[in-house]
Amino acid sequence: MINYVYQLVSPQVFSIKYEDIDFSDKVIIRPRYMAICHADQRYYLGQRDRKVLAKKLPMALIHECFGEVVYDPGQTFEPGEPVVLIPNHVDHKDPVIYENYAKGSYFLSSGHDGFLREYVDLAADRVVSAKGIPGHIGAVSEFVSVAVHAATRFGKISHEYRDTIGIWGDGSLACVVSCVLKKMFPKSRLVIIGKNPSKLSFFSHADETWLSEDIPEDLRVDHAFECCGGEGSYYAIDDIIHYINPQGTVMLMGVSENKVAINTRDVLEKGLTLVGSSRSGRPDFEKAVEFMKDPRFTRRLGLIIYEDKPVTSIKDIHRVFRTDLDTPFKTAFRWEL
Amino acid sequence: MIFGAILAGGVGSRMHISDMPKQFLSLGNKPIIIHTLEKFLLCERIDEIYIGVHASWLAHMEDLIDRYIHLKKDRIHVVAGGSDRNSTIMNIVAAIETDHGESDDHYIITHDSVRPFVTDRILNDNVESVLKYKATDTVTEAVDTIVVSEDGKVISDIPDRRKMYQGQTPQSFQISLLKRLYGELSEDEKNILTDACKICVVRNVPVHLVAGEVSNLKITTVSDYNIAQAMVGGERID
Repeated sequence: MINYVYQLVSPQVFSIKYEDIDFSDKVIIRPRYMAICHADQRYYLGQRDRKVLAKKLPMALIHECFGEVVYDPGQTFEPGEPVVLIPNHVDHKDPVIYENYAKGSYFLSSGHDGFLREYVDLAADRVVSAKGIPGHIGAVSEFVSVAVHAATRFGKISHEYRDTIGIWGDGSLACVVSCVLKKMFPKSRLVIIGKNPSKLSFFSHADETWLSEDIPEDLRVDHAFECCGGEGSYYAIDDIIHYINPQGTVMLMGVSENKVAINTRDVLEKGLTLVGSSRSGRPDFEKAVEFMKDPRFTRRLGLIIYEDKPVTSIKDIHRVFRTDLDTPFKTAFRWEL
Repeated sequence: MIFGAILAGGVGSRMHISDMPKQFLSLGNKPIIIHTLEKFLLCERIDEIYIGVHASWLAHMEDLIDRYIHLKKDRIHVVAGGSDRNSTIMNIVAAIETDHGESDDHYIITHDSVRPFVTDRILNDNVESVLKYKATDTVTEAVDTIVVSEDGKVISDIPDRRKMYQGQTPQSFQISLLKRLYGELSEDEKNILTDACKICVVRNVPVHLVAGEVSNLKITTVSDYNIAQAMVGGERID
C-alpha cells in the first residue's frame, strides 16, 4: 500500500513522501488525534542548530498520537480499537536500563519519521489500548506518560519524606506533572512556582502557587521537579537548590538548548540528587492510560488542551503549528488527512 | 451497505510497456492494483469490494489476491468486466445485487485500479458525500488554462479557469439511482456517455464535488508510470 508521509523538509516547508508499506506482522493504525510538542515546534520554526536540522530533516513530526487499529495480524487488538502509540523504537530489552535511555533505541520524530502520516505501522508492543478515552485527551497520552515516568523514577529514588513537593514551571509540562503527582503521591503538598499569574490560575489542584519573584523566604520543599527548560532552567534550578531541604531529589525535565550553570557548592553541601528524566516507556504509557480513565484526572487534563479545527490539508498543518504558538498550553487536533 | 468497485477492465493498449494490462504492472514491490485494493481494504466505511477485470485476466487477478492479500479476503469479489467502463460498473452492480439484493441504501464507490495513490481521506469524503447527495465526483482545481477547440486547429473558447476542475476517481453513486439512469440510456447514448458522472449530468441529477489530490494520478502512459515509480522511490521496470 502506498502511504502518505508528511515530512518537514526545511523549516515551515512540508513535502509528501510516498512510502510503500507491507502488511507484515506489524499493527497498522489510522491516526485520529495528535498533539504538538515543543520539540516539534522547534523543528517547525527552525529553532534547532543548523547542523541538527541538516541531519534530522526531512522527517515527519509529531510523537503524540491517538489512533484506531485497522489491521492487526497478531489479533492483539480488535479492528477499530482506540489506541495510543509509543514513539520509542527499541532494539533489545535491557533488564536494568529503561527503554527510553537504552543504547540502540530511537525516537520517532527525532531523526526518524514521526506520526504525521496517513497510516502508521508499529510492532504490537508499541501500541497500547485506549478504550474509553476521548480522542483529544488520548492525543496527549505520550505527554502524560513522560510525567508518569518522572514520577515513577522519583518514587524509586527519593527519600521517603515527601511532605512538600515543589514544581518549578507553569506550562503544560508542570501542569501534567502536578496532576500525575497528585494521583501517585496524594498525601504530598504540591507547591507550584511560576512566572505567569494567568497560567498559575489553572493549577487549582495544587496546594499553593507562587510567582517566582514572590516566593516566601521560609518556603521549604522536600523534593522538586524542574519543568521550565530553555532560558528559565538556570533560574529554576538555582531557586530549587536554594529552597530544597537537605538530601532532596531534583527531577530535571525541561529541555535547554544551552548549557546551564549549576550551584554545585550547595548541591554538595545539601547532598542533593539531580535526576535527568526524559521521554517514557511502555509501562509509563500503560499507567498514563489507566490515569486517563479517571474522569477527574481527564477533566484537569482537558483544561490545558486546546483542540484546534481538524487537519484536512497541508495548509491545515501550518495552521495548527501557528495556533500552537498562540495557545498557552497543548494544541491537539483531529487528523483527517 | 457501501461497496468499493475497482475498475480494472482495461487491457493496457495505451502503455506498450509490456503485454500486461497496466494495473498489473509492479509499483514498488507489488502490482499497482494491489496497492489500490489495500487502500480500499483499510477503509473501514467500505463493507465489500468488487473488482471488475477483463475476462482474460480473471484468474491472474485471483492469483494476485491469493499471493498478496492477507486480510479481509472474504470481502473481495472478482467480477468479469464489460466492453467499456460503464458496462464494467453495471456488471459489478449486478454481482452486488445477486449477493446482497436491491436496496436504496446500497452505494458504490467506483475507482480506477490505476490510481493507487488514493487516500483514506478521499475515500471517506466520498462516502460522506454520496450518503448525503447520492452522486459524487472527485476533482482537483484546474491548474493549466483549459482551451476549447472544436476542430483541433483553432481556439473556439477559453473558459474561466476558476470554474474548471479536473476529474479523478472515485466517483460514487447510490446504486439504485445509477442503475435507473443507465437503464434509461439508448444504445447510442451508452456509446457516448462513457463517464458515469456524465450520465447523471445529462439527466440533470446534481453531482457533488469532493476534493481529490494532485498525487492521486492515473497511471495511463509510460511517463505516468515513471513518475509513479519515482514517487515511491522504486526503479523503473521495463
